Amino acid sequence: MSGVDAAGITLTDLTLTHGRRPAVHHISGRFAPGSLTAIVGPNGAGKSTLLRAIAGLHPAREGGLRAPRHAIALLPQAAALDRAFPISCLDVVMFGHWSRAGAFRALRPAEKRAAREALSAVGLEGFEGRPVGSLSTGQFQRVLFARLLVQDAPVILLDEPFNAVDSRTAADLLALVHRWHGEGRTILAVLHDLELVRQQFPRTLLLAREPIAWGPTAEVLTAANRLKARMMSEGWDADAEACGLPPDARSAA
Amino acid sequence: MSGLSLYGLPLYDLLWAPFAEFGFLRRALVGCLALSLAAPPLGVFLVLRRMSLTADVLAHGILPGIAAGFLVAGLSVTAMSVGGLVAGLVVAVGAGAISRATGGREDAALAALYLLALALGVTLISTRAGSVELSHLLFGSVLGVDDPALFMMAGISSLTLLALAFAWRPLVLECFDPGFAAAARARGGLWHLLFLVLVVLNVLAAFQALGTLMAVGLMMLPAVASRHWGRSVGGMAYAAVGIALAASLSGLLLSYHLDLPTGPSIVLVAGGVWVLSALAGPVDGILPRLLRRPHLTG
Repeated sequence: MSGVDAAGITLTDLTLTHGRRPAVHHISGRFAPGSLTAIVGPNGAGKSTLLRAIAGLHPAREGGLRAPRHAIALLPQAAALDRAFPISCLDVVMFGHWSRAGAFRALRPAEKRAAREALSAVGLEGFEGRPVGSLSTGQFQRVLFARLLVQDAPVILLDEPFNAVDSRTAADLLALVHRWHGEGRTILAVLHDLELVRQQFPRTLLLAREPIAWGPTAEVLTAANRLKARMMSEGWDADAEACGLPPDARSAA
Repeated sequence: MSGLSLYGLPLYDLLWAPFAEFGFLRRALVGCLALSLAAPPLGVFLVLRRMSLTADVLAHGILPGIAAGFLVAGLSVTAMSVGGLVAGLVVAVGAGAISRATGGREDAALAALYLLALALGVTLISTRAGSVELSHLLFGSVLGVDDPALFMMAGISSLTLLALAFAWRPLVLECFDPGFAAAARARGGLWHLLFLVLVVLNVLAAFQALGTLMAVGLMMLPAVASRHWGRSVGGMAYAAVGIALAASLSGLLLSYHLDLPTGPSIVLVAGGVWVLSALAGPVDGILPRLLRRPHLTG
């Protein structure tokens, strides 16, 4: 693993939009290298969009975003994948070597071994040849975590990693997250289970399009902040005006 | 060559004599076998990308280009191929570009473009050609495969196999997990474009023998059938190639012995294999499902 020191992520007055609607509105701050941060907030608060932007998959509309793009591994929401695809678990995990092996180079024996070891590390020993279509949701999520292990990236972005998996799987995968944290990797995880966040995540960003609070978890997840987040996310203004103009210019337009 | 026989006819007469006797049949066979090696794996990727109908769209989309080539140079393989390649790429790439620019769905843009292309193509051809040429362009003529056409089919087939061997990993990744491919900066768009170029080229090669209406038969039917024989992308590709090779050979023989049109014969055999695969194929076939074998203990 390399580049841990450069693994910080800095947002400077960043705005992300779908069309012209803001998904993430004027957010500034920094995910420190080696930090373990939960991103929480209501549905539609821009959490996934923020992760995608950090991974370089969503363009910044305004403001700045500095992230070590070569060093990021993203776990998207699992529902986005075609689980009926005819591919074996081992083949999926071996894609984790992409950043080193590229499109053409044959995998070295050590790299294949690493993929097998990653599968056993997530508790799926003997599943190498199993087609992913035959796996349960939790097992498939374990396969994707094995791919993250193989990617060996200094920055790891997890989008709702424990959704629809049983508590045993969630506990196993959470143990992996803590292992990565112990290795000094920077980890951002979008989560909905606030109890889990309180117990396991030292820092939290509460997002409702605009950042409500960002800092140590206990200071962020207050009742007042959560109420504020709910209020903001429920507002949908059909006649929203252009942002960034002074108020008198807006009324004139 | 006595001994082996079927219904009193020696097998040699049934299976080999037509090719030994007629050069045009040999050329047709070589051309179709070349097609069968390259087009079915592309079909497998199309099926896996939920783009099964795209090949059909492209086969119609190449028509105005072919017609333009025909108007300029008559039934010349080179002119019609260049025209078809340009038109096919315009439809394939244009549909993606239009849907991205206007926010519509890509399949809607494809449908609109190909209907337009088909009407334009038929109109262009009708201005100059008689019904013989029109039917040649629409239905092809396996038995009219001349040397330039044969070289082109063999060339495109070799190129496709090389490209598939070279780009297998990115193609599978882009197909299975485009999000991961994008996050890993795997240049998914570039591979997708290369893939579309290969599809257009193979449709063009097939068009020489099978005509625009049947061109995708050898690409898609074996690919759809292969799902019932393979559990990996590679396995499906091998199965599809095998099915296509068998369909080419038996389709040609069928058409020779029963005096049927060749293109449709080949496609009909491939279709028969598909029906058989859906019924009896080991993966998700209907009959294996009906056989109630005892469930496993764990």
